[in-house]
Amino acid sequence: MTTTGQMKISLHNVSMTFNAKGSSVRVLENVTFDVYEGEFVCIVGPSGCGKTTLLNMVAGFLSASQGSILIDGKPVTGPDKRRIFIFQENGVFPWLTVKENIGFGIHGMTSDEKTNLIARYVATVGLKGFENVYPHELSGGMKQRVEIARALATNPDILFMDEPFGALDYFTRLKMRAELISLWQREKKTILFVTHDVDEAVQLADRIIILTQRPSTIRTIIGVPVSRPRDIDAPQYLATRDTIFSTMGLDHQGLSMPAQKNGVTS
Amino acid sequence: MNKRFEVILLPICVAVVLIGCWHFSVKLSGSDIFPAPLDATKGIVELFTHGVLFKYIVASLFRVSVGFLLALIIGIPFGLILGWFGRAYYAFNPFIQVLRPISPIAWIPVAILWFGITDLGPIFLIFLSSFFPIVTAAMAAVQNIQLVYLRAAQNFGLSGLSLFKKIILPATMPQIITGVRLALGIAWLVVVAAEMIAVDSGLGYLIIDARNAGKRYDLVVAGMILIGIIGLVLDILIKKLQQLDEVRWGFQSTLHSR
Repeated sequence: MTTTGQMKISLHNVSMTFNAKGSSVRVLENVTFDVYEGEFVCIVGPSGCGKTTLLNMVAGFLSASQGSILIDGKPVTGPDKRRIFIFQENGVFPWLTVKENIGFGIHGMTSDEKTNLIARYVATVGLKGFENVYPHELSGGMKQRVEIARALATNPDILFMDEPFGALDYFTRLKMRAELISLWQREKKTILFVTHDVDEAVQLADRIIILTQRPSTIRTIIGVPVSRPRDIDAPQYLATRDTIFSTMGLDHQGLSMPAQKNGVTS
Repeated sequence: MNKRFEVILLPICVAVVLIGCWHFSVKLSGSDIFPAPLDATKGIVELFTHGVLFKYIVASLFRVSVGFLLALIIGIPFGLILGWFGRAYYAFNPFIQVLRPISPIAWIPVAILWFGITDLGPIFLIFLSSFFPIVTAAMAAVQNIQLVYLRAAQNFGLSGLSLFKKIILPATMPQIITGVRLALGIAWLVVVAAEMIAVDSGLGYLIIDARNAGKRYDLVVAGMILIGIIGLVLDILIKKLQQLDEVRWGFQSTLHSR
């Protein structure tokens, strides 16, 4: 499923060094890749390899030490309403109801239009009946749905997702992935998604960027040649998964390959 | 049913036992100065029939209200500013931390010097006693705002006044309320001490006056009981703030889910 759309995100020789307490840590080294419009790209790598840092840089929360990051051909100078970040630790505001959270980023509309839009996204993420509930009364999966709905309601071009399902249980995670894919197919957003879960990446992505240990460089970029909806028993699915595992060196370290189809969390 | 027993009947049982101990220890010691529970209760009735009960309560509450409200009005914005702006924090925090541990009681001579024997003395002392806990709470609350809320706000294009109104204020509210509750407790402690010295009305004055004017320890203990009950009522009232929908997320109690 290669996309032939326009180039949306473009990184060229991006490096990042953190300075803390007199010593400097090189986190990312010469990272170069492109993401096309409407594409779903996952960034996979071992824990602590700097994938979240990379995503924060593309989103404009951190600036790169070297290299250039372009979105729509323009350098990224800070966060932007047209590209919404979905946080690992859940960024839904606990002092607002579900409805108020989803409406948070909506501007320039009459209150009727706004009400309709909120209702539409409440329905889209399956939270009907919970409009006036506060987030602390919701489960983890429902809270993540609120955050996704809040992002979609502003009609962004790009979603940056930082292990958004990491804190959820196995079944909720599977369900959320399926929902995310159907949302993505309907709404045609460009998605850059960070995960350490290889199965998650293979289930979601058009292409997977695999990072090395710190200082991270791109080890390889793999296309996922599996048609959607993806069958996790399909030979191509399993082959792609195994390629990634061997690329990451996981089958040489005496780690037994998991018999289950999911939850490989290195 | 079971819960009601635990929440209501258990404290009543403890109260009965404590009052019983008090009663019998006074009787056994044969003291004719220290009052038994019944004497203290009669003391409260006597204050009521002499028409000073409400006058003294109102006088104390008035001083607390004025001093405490001043501390809120000045302390919360000041604390928020110190928490948000690093330079303001570096400049002022050392002085706050030096002034904070000085007991308001130590300020009594200064208060007398500045304000004489007027209501302003106790009001000043109450202001001081509640100002520092409120400033510290508001300051810490801003510094503890989770980065994820600030980033999300930034992502949606918020800055300046709208960032303050929509994120900083609601995100800090639970911690500020906790600080305010603590400060009110301290303010009530201090009003009693302040009234012992400076003025001629109020519950603190009642206690010291009852002792000086003829060792009326029944009235002393009556005053103590009133102070305790009013303190409890104030705390219950301010605790209601924690049940507002917008701040309940900050007060997830584990008491009932353990």
